[in-house]
Amino acid sequence: MEKLLDVKNLHVSFDTYGGEVQAVRGVNFDVKKGETLAIVGESGSGKSVTTKALMQLIPMPPGRIKEGEILFEGKDLAKLSEKEMQKIRGKDISMIFQDPMTSLNPTMKVGNQIMEGLIKHQKMNKTQARKRVVELLELVGIPDPESRMKQYPHQFSGGMRQRVVVAIALACNPKLLIADEPTTALDVTIQAQILELMKDIQKKTDSGIIFITHDLGVVANVADRVAVMYAGKIVEVGTVDDIFYNPKHPYTWGLLGSMPSLDSQDAELYAIPGSPPDLLNPPKGDAFAARNEYAMQIDLEQEPPMFKVSDTHYAATWLLHENAPNVEPPEAVKARMKGMATNASSDTEGERV
Amino acid sequence: MTRYILQRLGYMLITMFLIATFTFFLMKLLPGSPLAAADKLSEEQQAIVLEKYGLNDPVPVQYFNYMVNLAQGDLGISFQFDNREVTTIILDRIGPSMQLGFQAMVIGTILGMLLGLVSAIYHNGFLDYSSTFLAVVGQSIPSFVFAGILQYYVGVRLGWFPVALWEGWEYTVLPTISLAIFPIAIAARFMRTEMLEVLGSDYITTARAKGVNKFGVVFKHGLRNALIPLITVLGPLAIGLMTGTLVIENIFAVPGIGEQFVKAINTNDFPIIMGTTLLIAFLFIFIVLVIDLLYGVIDPRIRLAEGE
Repeated sequence: MEKLLDVKNLHVSFDTYGGEVQAVRGVNFDVKKGETLAIVGESGSGKSVTTKALMQLIPMPPGRIKEGEILFEGKDLAKLSEKEMQKIRGKDISMIFQDPMTSLNPTMKVGNQIMEGLIKHQKMNKTQARKRVVELLELVGIPDPESRMKQYPHQFSGGMRQRVVVAIALACNPKLLIADEPTTALDVTIQAQILELMKDIQKKTDSGIIFITHDLGVVANVADRVAVMYAGKIVEVGTVDDIFYNPKHPYTWGLLGSMPSLDSQDAELYAIPGSPPDLLNPPKGDAFAARNEYAMQIDLEQEPPMFKVSDTHYAATWLLHENAPNVEPPEAVKARMKGMATNASSDTEGERV
Repeated sequence: MTRYILQRLGYMLITMFLIATFTFFLMKLLPGSPLAAADKLSEEQQAIVLEKYGLNDPVPVQYFNYMVNLAQGDLGISFQFDNREVTTIILDRIGPSMQLGFQAMVIGTILGMLLGLVSAIYHNGFLDYSSTFLAVVGQSIPSFVFAGILQYYVGVRLGWFPVALWEGWEYTVLPTISLAIFPIAIAARFMRTEMLEVLGSDYITTARAKGVNKFGVVFKHGLRNALIPLITVLGPLAIGLMTGTLVIENIFAVPGIGEQFVKAINTNDFPIIMGTTLLIAFLFIFIVLVIDLLYGVIDPRIRLAEGE
């Protein structure tokens, strides 16, 4: 399949009084047309910075793209000027933000907020734009769009506002949609609706989606492929099946193990000890070593390269080296994986009937 | 909306009544007598004069009489200026004060907001530091210092504008500038802080993600949201300026209300004190109402539901 976005060796740093914070330290990934790539990782792992850097939405200064290429349809976005970037933002790439309560302008009518992109990018006049807004609001499932578009954000509930945010992002049929934790601030039923909505729209428009989240349940639901980020790097990448049923990186084990599930009999939830490293002075070797119970001497000295597990599955851990001891994931994680496998198989059986 | 305004007007009446009452009794506690040359008059003569103005009655009776007249719109007759009505005196004097205050406020707000915007847009750049420096200078140096400097350099040395008096529009220039410096500084500092905060908010990122350019981000999305706190500060400042500023009026020999008010207090000219206080109170309450209505215009979240 055609690569829509190809990020190569992306480094993003923030220059602070304390020094250079290396928020993203050499990230490689790609997104194909019609594909959903989920980026998971704990807070501060660089997920949001990576995607904001794609659109040059990080504050610059202090932030800067230090190195690397962001190839979007063959064009390197990292080298574009602010003016050129403005033509791409909202048109080819758009973004859905985390908190619907704060991501809409409180003093502007909802319709006008959606219209803005249409008038700017598609050179529509007011009447055309208004018609398209009604269509978009219908598409995202807001009833009575004619009168709703004349209202202000505070007259909408959280779920409805997120639909408006989605409508803004979709206004110009973007080729790439970046969703930065789009459902984190919503309650579970609304979450499911928004996710369904995004999947539906993706089917219709064949756009690529980058989905940032730390909710692995959501990942299993929406993603085709998953990239696990830790301390500004991607430590494991693979299809959903690779990551959920055959995870190789101890950090991925930790993430999976710390995910509560309804049927888990074992009362204790697995937690990853410690906290992520300070990216002002990134540690030598594997950044996860200090929190990793399987860490070896080499983890403290040398950074692991990406080891190939299969054609779709790569992980950066020395445990995959041919000389490394054979380490099994902890029991809790294994149980979780088994649980997930049975869930998944019962799901598919259900579909077959 | 109409009901809301009527309700507010009702509260205004109550407030005015309370202010009139407090001021009346407080004023009676002022030392001294309203008589200009008390020591040259015999006690008998003094008693006759006081009797004529009803000042020998017990204070509650005086209060009652005053309030009855006030309710009929009669502010009484000044003690200092024989047979001149307080209303006429105030109306003569308030004009120049309000004109100066209004001009200073308009210029101050516009220039101050521009300075603040420039600061916010070029945050931490040379323009930001320069405008912040100007704002700090404007806020910390008293207006009469500027007044003196303007009078000497612009008025005397350059001879561009008259140094003092009140005989035409060109006479308003220097006092207006002197008065405007404080609001410029305040508006600039507030605008800068608010705009920076607004520019850091999520919906600005949303706007940028839509491809909106820098101008659109600041003026279309930012300005309206940054204005709300600014109005809160500028409202009371406007009232202060428009009801007369003693020092500036004195320096430029402007026949304004500020000077008149202080003179009235010094001479125990009770009707003038009452009249001026009530006028200032009225303007204050009125502008507060206007500000509250403005909030609604700017921020839809505060807007009152129609027909409520």
